[in-house]
Amino acid sequence: MSYQFDFSFLAERWPDFVAGAWLTIQLTVLSIGLGFLVGTVCALVRVYGGAAPRRLVGFYVEMIRNTPLLVQIFIVYFGLSSIGLKLSAETAAVIALAVNMGAYTTEIMRAGIQSIQRTQLEAADCLGLTRLQAIVHVVLLPAMERVYPALSSQFVLLMLASSITSQISAEELTAVANNVQSDTYRSFEVYIVVAVVYLGLSVLYRFGFWAIGLVLFARKRRLGTAL
Amino acid sequence: MIQLNSNHLLYLVTAAQWTVLLSLIAFAGGALVGLPIALMRVSKVAALRLVASAYIQLIQGTPLLIVLFLSYFGLGIMGYKLAPLVAAGVALTLYAAAFLGEIWRGCIEAVPRTQWEASDCLGLNRFQQYAYVVLPQAMRIAIPPTVGFMVQIVKNTSLASVIGFVELARAGQIVNNSTFEPFVIFVVVGAIYFVLCYPLSLAARALERKTNAGR
Repeated sequence: MSYQFDFSFLAERWPDFVAGAWLTIQLTVLSIGLGFLVGTVCALVRVYGGAAPRRLVGFYVEMIRNTPLLVQIFIVYFGLSSIGLKLSAETAAVIALAVNMGAYTTEIMRAGIQSIQRTQLEAADCLGLTRLQAIVHVVLLPAMERVYPALSSQFVLLMLASSITSQISAEELTAVANNVQSDTYRSFEVYIVVAVVYLGLSVLYRFGFWAIGLVLFARKRRLGTAL
Repeated sequence: MIQLNSNHLLYLVTAAQWTVLLSLIAFAGGALVGLPIALMRVSKVAALRLVASAYIQLIQGTPLLIVLFLSYFGLGIMGYKLAPLVAAGVALTLYAAAFLGEIWRGCIEAVPRTQWEASDCLGLNRFQQYAYVVLPQAMRIAIPPTVGFMVQIVKNTSLASVIGFVELARAGQIVNNSTFEPFVIFVVVGAIYFVLCYPLSLAARALERKTNAGR
């Protein structure tokens, strides 16, 4: 093999990569936040809701979890615009990622919520907590603490999956790589650089979620053990 | 502009066969590479453990899309002018091996410690311990999560469309280019993926229930 590696494009194009990585961070933080909200509400419905809403949530979850993200992104971006709803690539990307995230979060949070025993809710009643207080403090936070490892690795997976939004020309990291490689013909080197950036981002995200976990879960912070 | 017709649907279904083939290649390759990875992860030799976990961290920390591009262009510059099927097969194998390796490591570690001790007492060597005692038990634990992971493989084959491999997602784009009815087409494409994936999801859930029936 007599291939000469040439990373000289970095000298000129590094600001593009930084901008791409920044957009990746923005897109994913936004869609993780939205998706987490959707998923948490859906999980509550799935456990405590009536029969019809429960089935509806089940339908949503199975639909999303059994089709590829790529196709979901195409439906949101090309599909919705063809029936009159024009969205920018970035908006479509956030919607598709959030809808996707929501389905996975529903399943994870459902497992967490189901692990909270009924007696906990009865105890909350006895203490005079309102319905909302009971749900937030007695159900959701402990449920989240139990499934937090699964939840945070799903968040990291979503960050990696956001690379797929390059296919609808949302100018995030992978799209920047596609542009740079078509200008410089240094495809292999470009994707090596981007792979390293993604590795760095996933380390950063893991560290971030670990830190958020410490802030959120006082018990874990003090005792060092999970619930 | 051409109206969407039954030929288009036939084309999509034909393309779905390539999705199935690519999934099978990825699963077979992933299993072939993943089992050694899993065994390395539980090895007594620290260097082997380190290599395997570095591999897993590397693959699980980069998007599959980037792995696909690296495999496509990387194999290209090494002088192999390859069909996209091979590049996609290689990338999906690398991806599946990392995840299957990690899943199976968990299953091997879930076999009770006492089984190892008992087989030690019986004088079995390391190979015999794996072949006759540990792996048969680990395999039973491994079936439900493995079937569940196959859903991920089928869905992720859709990414092979970006390097020009005509499977289901790419076929959907091609049909869309001639009919301009993206909503209908991508919903149909999604439905075909659903038909492929949902039975696997159901099977995974049923198997899981069966495995945990004793608890």
